[in-house]
Amino acid sequence: MPSQSIINPLRLMPFAARVPKVTSELNWKDKLGAVKARLAINRHAYMVNAGLYAIGNPNKSSDVFVTSNYKLTFDILRKNLADFNAWMLVLDTKGVNVWCAAGKGTFGTDELVKRINKTFLTDIVSHRKLILPQLGAVGVAAHKVKEQTGFSVSYGPVRAEDIRAYVARGYKVTPTMRKVAFPLLERLKLVPVEIVLSYKYFFAGLLILMGLSGIHPDGYSIVSIAEKWVSVTLNTLVTFLAGTFFSPLLLPYIPFRSFSAKGLVVGLCSAVILLMFNALGGNFVENIAWVFLFGAISSFFAMNFTGASTYTSLSGVLKEMKIAIPIQITLAIVGLVLFTVAQLIN
Amino acid sequence: MRKFVYLKNVVTLQLDKDKCNGCGMCIKVCPHAVFEISNKKVEILQKDACMECGACALNCASEALTVKTGVGCAAGIIEGMLKGTEPTCSCSSAGCC
Ligand code: SF4
Ligand code: SF4
Repeated sequence: MPSQSIINPLRLMPFAARVPKVTSELNWKDKLGAVKARLAINRHAYMVNAGLYAIGNPNKSSDVFVTSNYKLTFDILRKNLADFNAWMLVLDTKGVNVWCAAGKGTFGTDELVKRINKTFLTDIVSHRKLILPQLGAVGVAAHKVKEQTGFSVSYGPVRAEDIRAYVARGYKVTPTMRKVAFPLLERLKLVPVEIVLSYKYFFAGLLILMGLSGIHPDGYSIVSIAEKWVSVTLNTLVTFLAGTFFSPLLLPYIPFRSFSAKGLVVGLCSAVILLMFNALGGNFVENIAWVFLFGAISSFFAMNFTGASTYTSLSGVLKEMKIAIPIQITLAIVGLVLFTVAQLIN
Repeated sequence: MRKFVYLKNVVTLQLDKDKCNGCGMCIKVCPHAVFEISNKKVEILQKDACMECGACALNCASEALTVKTGVGCAAGIIEGMLKGTEPTCSCSSAGCC
């Protein structure tokens, strides 16, 4: 054990004095930061220092909750530890949330062992128990931590909101606390990030379609772009939202299991609805072109939502992509060719 | 709330029953209630619900479980293919990736 071989210079101070204290209340700055992180602004720089923190007035027998140094996660935990006296052991996950960091291995056995040693946790608490969020199990092997440090790992609930109930039940999780759900609100929270991550594709698609709409029976004309840009932009925007917003929103209610098929359904439905109201804004051939493009674009963006979802497996996504990408490319090419033809017969 | 289940029969999760000692750790760490205990051994109850996160295999001290882990994230896979690296995850969410 390193605490025996290394002399801890802090040992002379009372232990409570050398650990930074945090409150459980979030101020406006924390809240603004959370909104910005959700919108993917400055997301990667949003972290706190790794190490041990005190919440309330913990002593040698207080619980130790382990978390990541992504500030949003850290804030959610301390908020849910209001009026607890406890320790928070924050791992250096490079500002990434527990689940993702565990997948990458930064929230992992090695980092946890290192952090236990670095913070002299064996001196600070007399018990040998750590409470980890259950999703940390993706990166942490409980039996190895025990072997290497003597601390036994208890996996608590998935959501920090359940910690109070978990402690009140004598450190027992219920089956629901263990399950990762994917409720409407959770899906909605992920939409802004999804949009921010995909707007490049949106603008690329828009540029191509704008470029094509300049084609004219007598050559190329800027005037026809000027005439068309409103309807082209609106259509592209609707299909973008079909994939990034409506598909995630309606996820469990759309038929098919694969996300790309769900996106295709939503895309085609939106195209047909717009068609019924004669709102696609082109001639007959162009409207048919839009139906193809709606399918392709919406399917692609919905497929990208697999990453944000909480239940897709790598094997499943690979299988889905093998089928979906050729279909999306075919739809897109047919759509673009028809779109071009439509401009020529205008 | 409706249940979310992804594609059928694609998951790589495997259990070696001879090695299982029935400790129940896999049940504790699985976020999708894939396992069930019966007769002091664990059983795979709903394989299609597995998202291949790897928590069970990593925390099974008797090494009874194997699963090819990775992120089920199309954008990450595309990025990996373009850059010629492993599928990476841009970690946009509160869940994974
Ligand atoms: S963790 Fe391993 S040994 Fe324990 S019940 Fe699960 S499969 Fe069996
Ligand atoms: S890999 Fe993850 S989701 Fe699949 S059974 Fe294991 S713990 Fe459950």
